[in-house]
Amino acid sequence: MTLLPAATNKKLGLVIDLDTCVGCHACVVNCKEWNTSGYGAALSDQDPYGANPTGAWLNRIHTFEITPDKPKGQGEGEVIGVTDEARVVHFPKSCLHCEDAPCVTVCPTGASYKRAEDGIVLVEEDKCIGCGLCAWSCAYGAREMDIAAGVMKKCTLCIDRIYNEELEEIDRQPACVRTCPAGARHFGDLGDPNSDVSLLVKERGGFDLMPEQGNKPVNKYLPPRKRTRLGEGTPATAAIADDTSEAGGLLGWIDRALSGDKRKGAR
Amino acid sequence: MHPALSVIAFTTLSGAGYGLAFVLALGHGNPAALSTKLGWFVALLLIAIGLLCSTLHLGNPQRAWRAFSQWRSSWLSREGVMAVLTFFPLTVLAAMSVLGDTFNLALGYAVAIMCGLTVYCTAMIYASLRTVPSWHTGWTPAVYLMFSMTAGTLIYLSFFGPASGTMSNRIWIMLALVFLVVAWGVKFFWHRRSKAVGYGQSTQESATGLGHIGSVRLLERPHMTGNYLTNEMGFRVARKHEAKLWFITLLVGFAVPVLLLLLALLVPMMAGFLSMVGTLSLLVGLFVERWLFFATARHAVGLYYGGDEALVPSD
Repeated sequence: MTLLPAATNKKLGLVIDLDTCVGCHACVVNCKEWNTSGYGAALSDQDPYGANPTGAWLNRIHTFEITPDKPKGQGEGEVIGVTDEARVVHFPKSCLHCEDAPCVTVCPTGASYKRAEDGIVLVEEDKCIGCGLCAWSCAYGAREMDIAAGVMKKCTLCIDRIYNEELEEIDRQPACVRTCPAGARHFGDLGDPNSDVSLLVKERGGFDLMPEQGNKPVNKYLPPRKRTRLGEGTPATAAIADDTSEAGGLLGWIDRALSGDKRKGAR
Repeated sequence: MHPALSVIAFTTLSGAGYGLAFVLALGHGNPAALSTKLGWFVALLLIAIGLLCSTLHLGNPQRAWRAFSQWRSSWLSREGVMAVLTFFPLTVLAAMSVLGDTFNLALGYAVAIMCGLTVYCTAMIYASLRTVPSWHTGWTPAVYLMFSMTAGTLIYLSFFGPASGTMSNRIWIMLALVFLVVAWGVKFFWHRRSKAVGYGQSTQESATGLGHIGSVRLLERPHMTGNYLTNEMGFRVARKHEAKLWFITLLVGFAVPVLLLLLALLVPMMAGFLSMVGTLSLLVGLFVERWLFFATARHAVGLYYGGDEALVPSD
């Protein structure tokens, strides 16, 4: 059924931290690995070892360069070295499980649907005719056709992991989240204002991608933190390093002896 | 967007077929005349070929019957349902002419309206997509409907009209000229809007949400080669030659047919031949127009791949 549910009990989704992501592509690879062997048709590749390999991936990392329009203290457009907030941002992108998902409503067969219980957007592959219209309707490029199977593939939020009681509790999260070595991906219920992910979004000012498209994406992105200059905001670190007030026993005696007076921990 | 030949053939051929059926269903042509019978046959043939073409780009065409189920939300499904609903009374009208030499005006009006609705549904498949701002406008169904009726009028005038027409050939030529001018006028506004609208409100800054830091530029694609998204939505050949192709479209689809039809008014002896050549020229022009419709359309996902400045190796 391609009518969207009026409301979903939960809004399961991801929160992606653009400050923390190092662009290692581990989430991309683990996503492909889990999903090529799990739910639905395998994620096929075409010409994988040839000159022009392509294939279906459900999670991809783009890398963007952001340049402040008018760098302080410099001529317009002249960027030398580190310029204030100029930076490179690694940008993981997968299905955002939109509340108002156009990919669901355009589907002519009812293969695409949004689950009322948790808000996950899925494709029932046995019903998919592979017309590709849902991919056309998605502003985020979240859906990719599996050329071998002729059906549309997309992120399932690892539905075969998150509810899988065969797995250890710690593994019941999406493969991309579980594998991220930087802790840049978080999974949870964004419909619950007190969930860890909702609090994180609130604290860090999480935002929607392309809000003007009107899709109301569930996944949120956390902006890069403001830059700090070297040494900025850190108290005299040298003083901390030299503080030996906790030294006792032999080390304390040596400290006192070499410090030249009886006061422990003096400089 | 990738201009798939199957989708271009589908929209142009079925559009012309419904246009011709529209003209015949309004009662033009003596139902007993051979040319009218042939006209019905050609209309049905164009529609059938068009609809068959539409299934060619499917990954699993054997499940195409499922596409009739989601008419409550999907314009593609509505198009399929309308095509089937129209097919039955259309076939009845055609059979009445071919087998019984008769015609029913009430049924004819119903079929004419249904033909229009089917073409409208076809156009709405594209016009309903928020991701492609140049399509997402009421001008899109207006263009599809006007071109469908223009093609139908010219085909009827050149191939099936003179022998069985209910009006004189001269009036039909003038009517065709009006249709040509109005249809291309509507298309002109569509084209002007399309060129101005680009990616609509979306930018690389809104796509990444990083605009508060500065201007955003793609540094690295997810991987070095193209993928389904860049092949499907990042088609660039046409954009490079957009101005030239648009000129060719106007020349072949508008200028040549109009000149030939004007000439046909001046030289009635040659009218048959001139209008036939003009009609074929229009059909070729519509094919290029439809190719451009797809090939020059900018899809929001292009913003994640560098927008218009990106160097996309595939295509």
